[in-house]
Amino acid sequence: MSFTIEFVSPESVLYSGEGTMVTARTRGGGDIAFLTGHEPFIGSLQTSEIKVTEAEGTVKRFAVRGGFVSVAGNKVTVLSDLAVPAEDIDVKSANDDLADAVSRLSTDDLDAFAMADKKWAELRIELAAS
Amino acid sequence: MPGGAERVLRRRIGSVKNTKKITRAMELIAATRVTRARQRANAARPYAEQLTSVIENLAAGGADIDHPLLRQVENPHTVAFVVCAGDRGLAGPYNSAVIRSAEREIQAHRADGGDYKIISVGRKVKDYFTFRGFEIERSFTGFTDNPTYEDARRVARVVRDLFDNGRVDQVELIYTEFVSLGTQRPVVRRFLPLESTETISEAGGGEASALAGFSFEPSPEGVLEDLLPQYVEARLFAALLEAAASEHANRQRAMKAATENAEELITKLARDMNRARQASITTEIMEIVSGAEALEEDAA
Repeated sequence: MSFTIEFVSPESVLYSGEGTMVTARTRGGGDIAFLTGHEPFIGSLQTSEIKVTEAEGTVKRFAVRGGFVSVAGNKVTVLSDLAVPAEDIDVKSANDDLADAVSRLSTDDLDAFAMADKKWAELRIELAAS
Repeated sequence: MPGGAERVLRRRIGSVKNTKKITRAMELIAATRVTRARQRANAARPYAEQLTSVIENLAAGGADIDHPLLRQVENPHTVAFVVCAGDRGLAGPYNSAVIRSAEREIQAHRADGGDYKIISVGRKVKDYFTFRGFEIERSFTGFTDNPTYEDARRVARVVRDLFDNGRVDQVELIYTEFVSLGTQRPVVRRFLPLESTETISEAGGGEASALAGFSFEPSPEGVLEDLLPQYVEARLFAALLEAAASEHANRQRAMKAATENAEELITKLARDMNRARQASITTEIMEIVSGAEALEEDAA
């Protein structure tokens, strides 16, 4: 049993096709997996990994910095204004971003933007390595 | 001075030909950029539509909360005008049309006793209003011909901060709408506060899934709180992309007209040059003939 998956960002459609499972991490909710027949659902995403299991069993991984997941009918839609497929992650720029965020946190350890940037950089480095 | 006029004309024809080459090249570049800008606008559409459909579902789920971005102010005193035009000229009436309608809005608002703040996108906007003695709150330059989502986010953040802090009561967005390749027109759109979630969903026209019974994580209000800022950014991004496509379309038309003018000028100058050359040849023949006749008279 499969359903339709669409993964869109403002600049492009990152993924569109049939799949059997999507896993995501919602804000305040933790990890959640969607299979066919899931109840209608709308969630706000954390900076985290999205896994899409395609109909043939291959798994595609994406890093998202926030966004939304919506399940309705037999369709899962992932929306994120900042998302990259794991294989397209630029480790060098992620490392640069991490260094930059860490240095900003060293001057102001409550800087929310720097914390979010640090988390996003760490996620990309982790995904690219695995 | 025989041949003098001809030489001057020849030089002018050469320089007009060079100008024509440049305007022709700019026309072709603008044409490809229009296509690319429109493709990007199309690529951005699914995201905006999906965001709208999530808002629809939220509204259907009964989440109409008192979010700061939805807060309406009666008789807004301070209004921010986000004016989007280009960094460069050579685009026909593109910049001046947007700027003129912006100035009209601002003056009308001032006439009503209101205060204004200008957020300029594009160097032309900043130059114009600075020169006219208007105060500019923030200016952005360098991305108008090819805006990225990150650019839209930066502008949106400034606008939202102004609105959130209560420094402005309302935000108007002024940009050029891309109707078709032949028609672009400046429009003034209310940007903030947003319409209520119901109005957004009515205007959205997306697939209004009448499936009630959604569950939300963390909560309908929590999702809406994350969603509305995204919606603001997506709308601004769409406006910037339309403005970019309009700018290139206008430039393409302006450069096409310039190329045609250059062609006309070349034809006219070539005619003048030929006439001048013919005149000098005629003069020379007359001189030879009259010289020969004088010799014949001497011999006789």
